[in-house]
Amino acid sequence: MSAPARPTTPAATAPAGGSSAVPGSRRSRGRAPLRAVPALAVLVVLALVPYFVGPDETDILSRVLIFGLFAVSLDLLVGITGLPSLGHAAYFGVGAYTAGLVAEHWTPNAPVPVLVAAGAGAVAAVLTGWLVVRSDGVFFLMLTLAIGEITSQLALQLDDVTGGSDGLFGIPTFRIGGEPLRLEGYRYWYVLAVFVITFAAVWLISRSPFGLALRGIRDNEDRMRSLGYSPFRYKYVAYVLAGAFAGIAGGLFAQFNRIVNPSDAGFALSAITLLALVLGGAGSLWGPVIGMAVVVVVRDYYGPDLGGHGPLVLGIVFVIAVYVLPRGFAGLAGLGALRGRRRGAVSAHATDPDDPGSGAVPGTSSEERPA
Amino acid sequence: MLEVSGLQSGYKRSTVLQGVDLHLESGGVLGLLGRNGVGKSTLINTLMGLVTPSAGRVTLDGRDLTGKRPDVIARAGVALVPQGRRTWAPLTVTEHLDLAARRGKGKGPWDIARVIDLLPRLGERRKHEAGQLSGGEQQMLAIGRALLTNPRLVLMDEPSDGLAPAVVDLIGEAIGGMKAEGVTLLVVEQDLHLAFAVADEIAVMDKGRIVHRSPTMEFRRDSSVAHALLGVA
Repeated sequence: MSAPARPTTPAATAPAGGSSAVPGSRRSRGRAPLRAVPALAVLVVLALVPYFVGPDETDILSRVLIFGLFAVSLDLLVGITGLPSLGHAAYFGVGAYTAGLVAEHWTPNAPVPVLVAAGAGAVAAVLTGWLVVRSDGVFFLMLTLAIGEITSQLALQLDDVTGGSDGLFGIPTFRIGGEPLRLEGYRYWYVLAVFVITFAAVWLISRSPFGLALRGIRDNEDRMRSLGYSPFRYKYVAYVLAGAFAGIAGGLFAQFNRIVNPSDAGFALSAITLLALVLGGAGSLWGPVIGMAVVVVVRDYYGPDLGGHGPLVLGIVFVIAVYVLPRGFAGLAGLGALRGRRRGAVSAHATDPDDPGSGAVPGTSSEERPA
Repeated sequence: MLEVSGLQSGYKRSTVLQGVDLHLESGGVLGLLGRNGVGKSTLINTLMGLVTPSAGRVTLDGRDLTGKRPDVIARAGVALVPQGRRTWAPLTVTEHLDLAARRGKGKGPWDIARVIDLLPRLGERRKHEAGQLSGGEQQMLAIGRALLTNPRLVLMDEPSDGLAPAVVDLIGEAIGGMKAEGVTLLVVEQDLHLAFAVADEIAVMDKGRIVHRSPTMEFRRDSSVAHALLGVA
């Protein structure tokens, strides 16, 4: 039924995107590089960190990036597509076990284990998503919860493969060109590289026409249907992609931690990651990484000093965040952006006479006609 | 082009539409009036496939659309401008138009440039999130979004709802512009002035059925019908 609509899609998106740049070009041309500045600055700081902190801190930062990447994959589902999964850790677990087995029995050479883990996460999501994505509301919550628990139970039961409750241990760490990465800093840089590539991929997806459709589905599925979209396909693809990205995070984790347990596929991980999304602000992609940083630092870095009260502290942080930061850390930045946009709106009013459709239309139509 | 016969539909325990018969000519504008709760919105939502009919038949240019999914109905050439606009608050005007244009590209005369010609205000607000727009602008956005799917039939549910009179006039002009392009329209409206201004014909619903239909001029002349069915003078 969509066959006639399909071939027009690629041709349709390009000029539409092009035309959207036309009226604002004066502004956006100056802004796009400016916008990249904070991201580049963060990247430079992240890359230089190992020179300035000790191995323990570097280890924690690697964990922040690994679990942050997992939070990003969950954000693609929850924040972008509007699918609040309670069992996303299943795909993290599948990726972790897969990478562990690949590293042990085949090769620990980068990037093989992580790539196979991505494939395994995707396949697991293809098999389960077919059913899960058709449900919504409470059924979606229950199904995803069940998938997480079943995966974790399978890891426990299949002890010939997974090592049962002992888990997989002694997994060889990352190797590049046959050389194991022994220094904490090298391991961190590898994790950072995979993080940056994957984060960029998710970001591009969320900005693409496909990502726009996902956000439309999140905000009102019926409206998308009324425009002729079939939401199932979009949600299913998003689910599979999120599974693949979770698999990448799991794959990193296996070779980084060198031990994988059934609990790494269980509800606890899904739950703290949802907490990270709430803390950071779902839908912003970078917010959940910050949220995850808070969670990991409290749990793994300060946790030992807190005498097992880490979860209590996290709970308190969560309650405070819900009251003080209704949209998470990303909401704080959003306030700044909103202020900027208000200013933009005022200036748009000021230039009203020369700005309206009259100026935009000729440029737009010349761009669109070739299609 | 649109043929509806014996259409029944409703919600869990109540049947709202009690057998609607309706015929729309290509290129015409039918204003659908009626008191609150007589089933106008249910009819619109059933035609769009958002509510599943329990009996009856809907065809568009001979193609059976009864009980089809909304995306199938949309691809067959029906678009909805829903009550309360229902724009996506976090998405910008451009993003709305892009989303709709991707589905309608090449199927008819409407593209983004043309929609902005019809609704210039949208051109000025391209970078704004729908949540920051005024009610009238959101209504225009909802209209633009519907048009970009290049529909043959546009269903509008109370386009004047909650808008200032001056803005209602703009919406009326937009409807006129759509009509001039040959779009067929079914407009549910409580605002008689708007309905009279845009519609070629007026139909009146009562208790889940269409109980009256006449050309707009005739309807305006004979106030007894309006008085009896709508409770207005």
